Amino acid sequence: MTISFILNNTLVTSELSAGYPLLDFIRNEQNLKGTKIGCREGDCGACTILLGTLVENHIDYKAVNSCLLATGELQGKHIVTIEGINKSGELIPVQQLLADERASQCGFCTPGIVNSITGYMLTAIELSEEKLIEALDGNLCRCTGYTSIKRSVESIISTFREKYSALQDKETRMQAMVDWGIVPEYFLSIPEKLKAIENKVSPSGDSEGKIIAGGTDLYVQHYDEMYTKNLTFLNIEQNISKIEIKDTYCYIPAGTSVDELYHSEKLTSVLPEISKTFGLISSTPIRNRATLGGNLVNASPIADLAIFFLALNAEVILEKESKTRIIALKDFYLDYKKLDLNEGERLIWLRFSLPKKNTFFHFEKISKRLHLDIASVNSAFSISYENDIIKDCSLSAGGVAAIPKYLENFSRYLIGKELKSEVILNAIGIARTEVMPISDIRGSKEYKSLLLEQCIIAHFLTLFPEKLKAEDLL
Amino acid sequence: MIKDFIHSHLKGESVFIDDMNLPKNTLILAVIASPVAAGVLKNIDTKEALASDGVIGILLADDIPGENELGNIIQDEKLFVENELEFIGQPIGIIAAENAQSAKKALKKIKLDFEEHTGIFDPRDAYKKNLLIAPPRTFQMGNMKSAWEKCDVIIEDRVDSGMQEHLYLETQNAVTILGDNGKLFIYSSTQSPTAVQRTVASVMGLPMHQIEVDVLRLGGAFGGKEDQATAWAAMTALAAQKFNRPAKLVLGRHEDLTYTGKRHAYSSDYKLGLSKDGKILAYEVMFYQNGGASADLSTAILERTLFHSTNSYYIPNVSATAASCKTNLVPNTAYRGFGGPQAMFVLESAIHRAAEVMNFEVLDIQRKNLIKKDDTFPYGMKVLDNHGLHCFDRALSHYNYDKKKQKIDDYNRTHTLKKKGLSLMPICFGISFTSTFLNQASALVHVYTDGSVGISTGAVEMGQGVNRKMKLVASKVFSLSIDKIKIESTNTTRAANTSPTAASSAADMNGNAVKIACDMILERLKDFISEKTQQKVDTLEIKNNHIFINGEKSHWSWKSLVWDVYFSRTSLSAQAHYATPNIFFDKKTEKGDAFAYHVVGTAITEVTLDTLRGQYHIDSVEIVHDFGESLDPLTDRGQVEGALVQGIGWVTIEDIQHNSVGRNLADTLATYKIPDIYFAPDKIDVDFYENPENSKGPFNSKAIGEPPFMYGIGAYFAIENAMKAFRPGLDIPASAPLTPEKVLMTLYQEKLLYKKYGH
Repeated sequence: MTISFILNNTLVTSELSAGYPLLDFIRNEQNLKGTKIGCREGDCGACTILLGTLVENHIDYKAVNSCLLATGELQGKHIVTIEGINKSGELIPVQQLLADERASQCGFCTPGIVNSITGYMLTAIELSEEKLIEALDGNLCRCTGYTSIKRSVESIISTFREKYSALQDKETRMQAMVDWGIVPEYFLSIPEKLKAIENKVSPSGDSEGKIIAGGTDLYVQHYDEMYTKNLTFLNIEQNISKIEIKDTYCYIPAGTSVDELYHSEKLTSVLPEISKTFGLISSTPIRNRATLGGNLVNASPIADLAIFFLALNAEVILEKESKTRIIALKDFYLDYKKLDLNEGERLIWLRFSLPKKNTFFHFEKISKRLHLDIASVNSAFSISYENDIIKDCSLSAGGVAAIPKYLENFSRYLIGKELKSEVILNAIGIARTEVMPISDIRGSKEYKSLLLEQCIIAHFLTLFPEKLKAEDLL
Repeated sequence: MIKDFIHSHLKGESVFIDDMNLPKNTLILAVIASPVAAGVLKNIDTKEALASDGVIGILLADDIPGENELGNIIQDEKLFVENELEFIGQPIGIIAAENAQSAKKALKKIKLDFEEHTGIFDPRDAYKKNLLIAPPRTFQMGNMKSAWEKCDVIIEDRVDSGMQEHLYLETQNAVTILGDNGKLFIYSSTQSPTAVQRTVASVMGLPMHQIEVDVLRLGGAFGGKEDQATAWAAMTALAAQKFNRPAKLVLGRHEDLTYTGKRHAYSSDYKLGLSKDGKILAYEVMFYQNGGASADLSTAILERTLFHSTNSYYIPNVSATAASCKTNLVPNTAYRGFGGPQAMFVLESAIHRAAEVMNFEVLDIQRKNLIKKDDTFPYGMKVLDNHGLHCFDRALSHYNYDKKKQKIDDYNRTHTLKKKGLSLMPICFGISFTSTFLNQASALVHVYTDGSVGISTGAVEMGQGVNRKMKLVASKVFSLSIDKIKIESTNTTRAANTSPTAASSAADMNGNAVKIACDMILERLKDFISEKTQQKVDTLEIKNNHIFINGEKSHWSWKSLVWDVYFSRTSLSAQAHYATPNIFFDKKTEKGDAFAYHVVGTAITEVTLDTLRGQYHIDSVEIVHDFGESLDPLTDRGQVEGALVQGIGWVTIEDIQHNSVGRNLADTLATYKIPDIYFAPDKIDVDFYENPENSKGPFNSKAIGEPPFMYGIGAYFAIENAMKAFRPGLDIPASAPLTPEKVLMTLYQEKLLYKKYGH
């Protein structure tokens, strides 16, 4: 299989296996050593690069971990490494502002940080310190303690904030980026160059290969095997526009990335909880690649999206040779990593009923480190509450069973009850009988059991702060 | 803006060893490692692996031409296992292959036949079985027996602190290239080029002059590449010589986390006695250090634990004993603070416990007992100044401690689901290697005929900015702009018999050596002018790249002067040696002036605790720190901030746990969590307490690398205080890291007890 893409300002081709990691392609095949190997599991950000996709006449750039990216998926893309951002003989403004605060000590994480910042600068509509810091949530630095980096963030924002308010449309935007020294001039010519490359529409790759949609967990678990692996890539691009609200349902394509979910106005208008909590799911570069379908099918018992949508009583739409089957997400999980998914069947859509009036929803994720960490326990809760009576409710929890768990008995008990502390405490007692956590590095089983209780209390205290007293529940 | 190495960092152009362009025939190595923590290796079947695609060869203990020995202080560590398997990840041999994938594939085809034994992982268990790395040591002062009788309050408790992974972003690595006549060029990511040179020479059975070790820069180290970098370099040397090809070894992150030593976990018992007015009268402490399977630097670390057992306090009667215990874990090693943090955490826990029992403010006990001028440390050294006390008081006033405390109390009265906590953490850290002989450094300075300057020292640049400081020293002596000065790689042929870049002292000692060497050259330059102009030397001055005589600009620029001096056949090079003066330590009496000086300071930490979820956030850390006269404030501030955040990580979320067979459960970055940009404190403020009284560092500067790490301990007590604000009187076991799990399990211990026994 031959793959052609533009690496910085050069057209390159790869004849390697589809699974060959981009990180190694960049360093070993192209001898660009500014992209560093820190962990090969998307947890440090030293290998962060920019992935550019042609959308009409402009290019949409995203910061991604090159250790988790298959070269086979790059047909017609623009890949930007630190070498493609540098300006000969001088520092670009972002680099200069980092240098001024001495925001680089050993220098190993630095190219990744510059790329993450550049990725943000290329896409931000309005600049904010908060969002630029979020753009750095996938970059670890062991030397600086981040303080000098944050000072640089402040100066970058104050240097460019006003300029950004004058930015016009996407077409002219890149000219401004070049004028302000965010990226070199050659970026202007990339759309035309990409158009000249055959832009095979995904799914691409090898038809017989393992099917992936993002693949961010696959590389973490099996990177040694990826060098010679064939892969089949599902389309994970531009699904945001396909998110649809029809009748009483919201439909989300399985290939939608977590970042698209996070930033879909359509979705966040019906589920504001997404804007509040999706920043806690992995990191910016991983959110840019990880997909809804991938997270659901990967079937980790702690999968954030599975837990989130379980409590919304979501359904999955499965397809095989144009025959579709709709099943409840809670019935999709049979046992540890075992799904109700037939040979050849694919997850195409997820749908959930639009929340009704007087329905409230809340998501909790508790992990050792708040950001870029896997939850010890996560939980979502949806509740319809009218005239002081619980009409309906659904609770899900991760990290407490072999599958993303839907707690049936808990919900059944609460329906028809008044919202009172004793009732909630009784329901917690029921929830405890529905789970069986195991001890591991993310916590002892006793801790996870306690966390489930705390999550339930957190759901109620967050949704009904006026009706309940914390002291009665703690 | 000065063009500096930071420019190449920002452009990704700084070369690390894994980035080097090596000959195409370079072998890539993979390590065959022990899968069990304890046992006996009976047989290694390499047949299938050897036949695997791309494999060139496999080297085991028998293939070592010299000594199969790594230990620097105590010779108890093999490069490759001979019989005994002592920890998971212990190297048994290496596979050399054409590329990394072939090496990895072959690794899976190695068949090990072994007998597995039950390992020992707890240092107290090891101590009971008398499994010690060296005999225990005791530092003593005063009279313990009579002291206890005078105490009104006596507190006894146990304190634990966990292992910590260095998590340098650049993993361990090395390259060996063959030179002329069997010489081996080694590129090693090491803090200790001489240790690599010495050990490789011994492993290879070669004289040290046949081994040249070169270190350009390290992608972080923090102590983790002091002794722990050596083995990988030795493996590349073995393979390069054996197969007559360059050889490279880079550990993957998982391997690095599994194979390499970490900060020592400690378990300690203390007894603290106070008078009823809060004066500490007696302190007895027993430290059980978890040394891991071999000595590495454990005994030196243990020694520093004893040196810092009383931290910033004067205690008239002290008995501190420490034992380095041998367990079936990775050989634990140097890590920023070098046993000091573990010691300070114990005493600080004791003080917090005493304050609670006596109903005192912690601050009052801390302040009442701070060490003052003319007080004596348990090791017999006298305190020369009151900087520690001044920093403490300045922290209180400069950062409005009382007001802050009031605000937090008010907040806690009105909030249930969130509580705030505050703490004060004074530090006092001795500067110098406690092994006196290591307190020496050298510098080689060349002034080239175009006026540019090249400097080689024994200091290794690992992000701490030592190269920049060396430049600043030379630039001050020569009054030369910094861009004319280059710091060369650290290389054993230009700086021989060097001490490791460690103990915070590299900038001090190498900086002093640079200063001496530059002064030597400067003197020659001045002598030359004096001879030519018949002016006295003291009328000459170099300023801004120009020579002034009696305050008047002469015709000599720096460049033309250098040229003229060269023509006069005078050396423009100098080599200098520096040995820290007036330090000594007698291990028989455990007394002596072991340190050149102490670095002191105080941190105020404020945290917010989520009482429902057990998670916490570090709001701010405000620090008054003793910098001497900072050579480079931006670098020094960066060191304080970075060390602090590592220290906070150690006592909060950096959690290493082993399962019952000694496997590290935090062996990926998905499971081992260091502070990220959100976890780091919202605000870190550093107040420069500058004082010119230290004459030991170049231009009155002070060492900076390690001391600020210990400010991080304050986060532990701030969280603890927030927990107590939620549950007054709560019994919190003194155990770091105080993970969100421990917090929640402690806050709700009654609920858990009820559940256990209530049904």
